[in-house]
Amino acid sequence: MTISACPACTAAPMAESTAQRGSDAAPTHELVLPHIHCAGCIRTVETVLANQPGIQSARVNLTQKRARIVAVEAADPLAWIDALSRAGIEAHESTGQTLTDDAGRALIVRLGVSGFAMMNVMLLSVAVWSGATDATRDMFHWISASIALPAAIFSAQPFFVNAWSALRVRRLNMDVPISLAILLACGMSLYEVMAGGDHAYFDAALSLTFFLLAGRVLDQRMRRAARSAAKDLAAMEPTRVTRIEEGHHVSRPLTEIAVGDQLWLTAGSRLPVDGTLDVAEARLDRSMLTGESDPVMRHRGAALQAGETVLGGPIQITATAVGEDTTLRRMARLVGIAESAKSAYTGLADRAAAIYAPAVHLIAFGAFVGWVWATSDIRLALNIAVATLIITCPCALGLAVPAVATAATGRLFRNGMLVTSDTALERLAEVDVAVFDKTGTLTRAVLLTPDTLPDDLHPVLLGLAQASHHPLAQSLVRALGDVTAAKLTDIREVPGEGVSADWFGAQVWLGRDPADNSGDTVFCVNDTCYALPRSEELLPNAREVVGKLKTMGLPVYLLTGDRSDKAQAIAQQLGVDGVTAGVTPEDKLRQVTNLTEAGHKVLMVGDGLNDTGAMAAAHASIAPGSALEASRNAADVVIVSGALTGVTQAIATSRSARKRILENFGLAASYNAVAIPLALMGFATPLMAALAMSLSSVTVILNALRLKDS
Amino acid sequence: MNILVILVPCSLLLGLLALAGFLWTIQSDQYDDPDGDANRILNDD
Repeated sequence: MTISACPACTAAPMAESTAQRGSDAAPTHELVLPHIHCAGCIRTVETVLANQPGIQSARVNLTQKRARIVAVEAADPLAWIDALSRAGIEAHESTGQTLTDDAGRALIVRLGVSGFAMMNVMLLSVAVWSGATDATRDMFHWISASIALPAAIFSAQPFFVNAWSALRVRRLNMDVPISLAILLACGMSLYEVMAGGDHAYFDAALSLTFFLLAGRVLDQRMRRAARSAAKDLAAMEPTRVTRIEEGHHVSRPLTEIAVGDQLWLTAGSRLPVDGTLDVAEARLDRSMLTGESDPVMRHRGAALQAGETVLGGPIQITATAVGEDTTLRRMARLVGIAESAKSAYTGLADRAAAIYAPAVHLIAFGAFVGWVWATSDIRLALNIAVATLIITCPCALGLAVPAVATAATGRLFRNGMLVTSDTALERLAEVDVAVFDKTGTLTRAVLLTPDTLPDDLHPVLLGLAQASHHPLAQSLVRALGDVTAAKLTDIREVPGEGVSADWFGAQVWLGRDPADNSGDTVFCVNDTCYALPRSEELLPNAREVVGKLKTMGLPVYLLTGDRSDKAQAIAQQLGVDGVTAGVTPEDKLRQVTNLTEAGHKVLMVGDGLNDTGAMAAAHASIAPGSALEASRNAADVVIVSGALTGVTQAIATSRSARKRILENFGLAASYNAVAIPLALMGFATPLMAALAMSLSSVTVILNALRLKDS
Repeated sequence: MNILVILVPCSLLLGLLALAGFLWTIQSDQYDDPDGDANRILNDD
């Protein structure tokens, strides 16, 4: 790199070459790895991927929890995901373009240039502050000007661009006073230097640019995190399905499926399209759509909807509606109407800017008019007006929100929560009522021991259940807690089917009923089979979370599409403040709207399509990672880790964040309360401006770092 | 005060060196994956 008097000239081509370099080895595929966390995981993933056919290179990014892969064309990511899951690592294929961050890099380059210029000018200013006079002072001023002017023109461009686009439509935004302060400070200082005056604000103009750019960089990073969160969520949706082509099962991307295609679905998979059933009968879990936890039976030719889960399987269906035409998507689009209210929410930063921008202009203009009237000295009046404009601490204001928001989203991300919109945390902090969906959100399906089962077979059942990792089998293990497991040999697990073993010569089986396709779970000893009834139990921590929400001052209500007796039983166990059973999605939406109209700010926690309308209408919403795509998209926070405690944690963090943001505004305001009168009276010096700006910015950032969960 | 003729360019030069170094760290992807780089040092390949 050549040394140049103009840092912008060297930085700009460098930024260009950076952008080009990124596209050279452009990754062709991206895998989302939600659970990787350690050096060992990086190594495992990279080794596994390197041995896969078609992959030229693979590199894990632990910060973003994804792997970028350069592969040959027509490579099948499904094989890689399979290989990774055999190695114990969950992976999803990320759809769409890989994330590039050229805008972020350009901002950081500008930040670097303004930081360099600020430090050097500050150093030169120290000489002036400590008493350099006459020719020496003028020389330092001229050197400062030659560094500051090009650096400010290059670094402050984002502010100029934003301010100009706001002014063009006759609006005021935060960037207008910022641009005005930078331009006036530079222009005024240049004039002073030429006239041999003693006050030059070059360092102030540059530190203003530097601190505000730091705020922009943080803001940009946070928005990028929210964007990539949305992408991670999209990746969790199945992107591939098995299509039957001339009798062969072929894995195809979902986008290639057309109406009339025959699809093959395994037990436990979710229907990606609407279709008709091609096999004799199938049992389906429709709780995602209706909230009702009892499975339903469908017969050949019946219409099935996207979002239903196959219980007995595998089944074969013929697609009748795909992509945007599925019932699921059509209903999700209706939800979009309710969402528009949420996007109209004005963030704290914007509300502060709406007060700040006109106020600071009025004060500065008032100072100018006042001093012209009092002294008839335009140069002096202009100097004081500029000093006022600089000293009003827009940098503390510009950093107040992004610094806190970055700390909060980062903290939630590390705890397995994705924040999907940039005002989500602020809205979440304001909620005063929590509404929960029941099925899938607070409860999960469990198996019960049949009453007809002889006591001496309980240990055998436990032994089989212990051999399986299936969640339903694990629920049996918990239910049979006080029994000692029988000794079984030759244990074999058939994925998606069940577990078989040998018990002193008798063949025992726990799993899908081999006799029919109903999806019922049975326990068989030789040929005697016992059907295991299904029920539901509270998720671990559910009671704790409800209790904690109440101590946080949030009444908890339960809304469910399920039967009243079931809902009442669960409600009693949880100790919620109210429960409404048998509600339709419209009822849920109405209940939330009623609460809102009564002056409450509602938090909706749900996972199914029947919750989506209510989630969109609520002030803030949270969904578990297992929720339907439509619900996850409507949610402000998605708990990927699956632990229900995320709900209270998210609220606590957001409340803490809101408190810090308000404190930051308070800090900025108190700086102004001291600085503005001094500036108005004409006592402000460049040294004071530099001190006020640095001190206020640093206190705001330190305050943001005090963010805690509770 | 003639010493300033040497010292001022010196300080500017050092500052520019630091700026060049910073731009180099950006260009060589050193801020893309701080967690990963911290962990990779534990892998001995």
